[in-house]
Amino acid sequence: MSSTKFILGLFDDPDVLLHGIDELNKKSIPIYDVYTPMPIHGIDDKLGIKPSRLGFAAFMFGILGGTTIFSIVYYTLVHDWPMNIGGKPAFAVPDFIPATFEWTVLFTAFGMTITFFFATHLFPGRAPRVMELRATDDRFVIAIDAKGNVPHEDITNILREAGAVEIKHNDRKYVSYE
Amino acid sequence: MASHHEAIIREPLVTGENITYAKVTDDILKPVENMPNKAWWIGFTVASLGALLWVFAVSWTFWYGIGSWGLNKTVGWAWDITGFVWWVGIGHAGTLISAILLLFRQNWRNSINRSAEAMTIFAVICAASYIVCHMGRPWMAVYSLPLPNQYGSLWVNFNSPLIWDVFAISTYFSVSLLFWYTGLLPDLATIRDRASGIRRRIYSIASFGWTGSVKSWQRFETVCLILAGVSTPLVLSVHTIVSMDFATSLEPGWHTTIFPPYFVAGAIFSGFAMVQTLLLVVRKVLGLENYITMFHIESMNKIILVTGSIVGVAYLTEFFIAYYSGGEYEQYTFLNRFIGPYWWAGCMMYGCNVLMTQLMWFKKIRTNIAVSWVLSIVVNIGMWFERFVIIVISLHRDFIPSSWAMFYPTWIDVSIFIGSIGLFFTMFLLFIRVLPSIAMAEVKLLLKTSSEQAKKKLLAAGNLEPEQAEFYKESLTKFDSVELSEYKK
Repeated sequence: MSSTKFILGLFDDPDVLLHGIDELNKKSIPIYDVYTPMPIHGIDDKLGIKPSRLGFAAFMFGILGGTTIFSIVYYTLVHDWPMNIGGKPAFAVPDFIPATFEWTVLFTAFGMTITFFFATHLFPGRAPRVMELRATDDRFVIAIDAKGNVPHEDITNILREAGAVEIKHNDRKYVSYE
Repeated sequence: MASHHEAIIREPLVTGENITYAKVTDDILKPVENMPNKAWWIGFTVASLGALLWVFAVSWTFWYGIGSWGLNKTVGWAWDITGFVWWVGIGHAGTLISAILLLFRQNWRNSINRSAEAMTIFAVICAASYIVCHMGRPWMAVYSLPLPNQYGSLWVNFNSPLIWDVFAISTYFSVSLLFWYTGLLPDLATIRDRASGIRRRIYSIASFGWTGSVKSWQRFETVCLILAGVSTPLVLSVHTIVSMDFATSLEPGWHTTIFPPYFVAGAIFSGFAMVQTLLLVVRKVLGLENYITMFHIESMNKIILVTGSIVGVAYLTEFFIAYYSGGEYEQYTFLNRFIGPYWWAGCMMYGCNVLMTQLMWFKKIRTNIAVSWVLSIVVNIGMWFERFVIIVISLHRDFIPSSWAMFYPTWIDVSIFIGSIGLFFTMFLLFIRVLPSIAMAEVKLLLKTSSEQAKKKLLAAGNLEPEQAEFYKESLTKFDSVELSEYKK
């Protein structure tokens, strides 16, 4: 019984990496995740990852922000303490637009980004779960869960044939812990 | 990534031989992972002395009140609001580069967006400090927020542009900071994974545990795109609202409907000039000539030319409308800019902003680093004078000649201004010391399509229109970072 937990295929080129993903897909070898130093378009399709729904979150937060500040303005200037400014109407909607706009943007930006951090488990002090330290530098890494998978030599061979520059059999999932 | 092919006629965005992904990381992190050089220390010493002067002068203002400034009954806004508008305007270029150029898919933004965004944040900090200072009693700043209080509650007046400004500037600052920091996460993770010991711990906390997995990149790109989408109208709204601080008044010289677009164009104009001022030095001192290339410098100069010309048209329109309106106060205000006691300020404004920028029509000037740098300083000076002219010249002689007055700055006014420049540079120098001054992940995206070596492969492979290949080789002659001898036949 081998003690290998994860098999990592390290590539030095994004196109070769995509080729490697295709090869693994052809052989029906499940891919755990792919780590890249920069966003590579097309991986999410190949791995069957659904498009992000953050846009909807952003839209809802925007509506919330606009409604919130408009309600505050309405309550303060129209309901609670209407002022007589030259006999003009207290409910002066054009004047309320700048503040409404600013808070729409504010809530959209912060609501969406905090949702992103929350969903992706990003927060200050989170222990980095890194499988390969060069994945943030110049290596494009395919991680394959070794447990209950086809013989490890086969995976190694597929990765090598696909053009991986280095193949690692890691006993630990994350190398970033002490 | 089938879309690797870029037309040969586009100039390279990354120059140099053997630029690999690892080399990008090494080159950009050199100032972060090594002790700073002498130039940095000299700059930092001078800048932090300036920042100390700022601390002193601002403390003095808080202690003795704004009576320590040169304001009088007639000129109630002077260097404070001039400085505020100047700094906010400078900030605008960062958001333009990071948001608007992203929406327009201008890939050359990738190498300059990080430092431009940092500049935005520092400039807005300087601007906000002016606002707090000019309140006189800065602890009263809390009353600009719609919080329940014991006077009724007496609420803030949402009909007032000054309150819009509170909302605009605070939103602008916090959203810019968010955008900048979110974009930094992958690069902070790069530093973390190369560091050890205490540095590793610090960057580990700062990088929020970023790993670069597929899902996080996918969400990251969505977030950046939407942040760019909301920042674009935001940045336009900010200077629009700043201009409304003036335009909604009845003061001749302020009371004009052209102010919002005119201020926004001026803001981008001065902001790009400041980016140019900073980056021309940064690329030299940090040795980033391969990433911030002559193409970037020329592109920024073109934007300076366009926005400077828009500002010029706005100036002409203002004069025409003053004449055409038939309002004598309006007409006097604009005449007073040339024949009044502040004629020299008016000449600085029109000369620096309109006449000097027209030099950018010449390619020789746009691609000359020393001249570009000097011109960027000239624009910054001109734009400071623009705000001074609009604010002080309009105020000092408006309706009743018996209340006409002059404004003379005190040493506190001068110290706060010089000090704020020191504060800005202190923050910027600290930034290039501890954070990557170029967005590494985004530059790595360019290597396979837009780099000089990718273009070289295209040339070597042939199959190109000969005229296009010639055109490309011709365009390389302006670059200072390209070895031209290799392109000789």
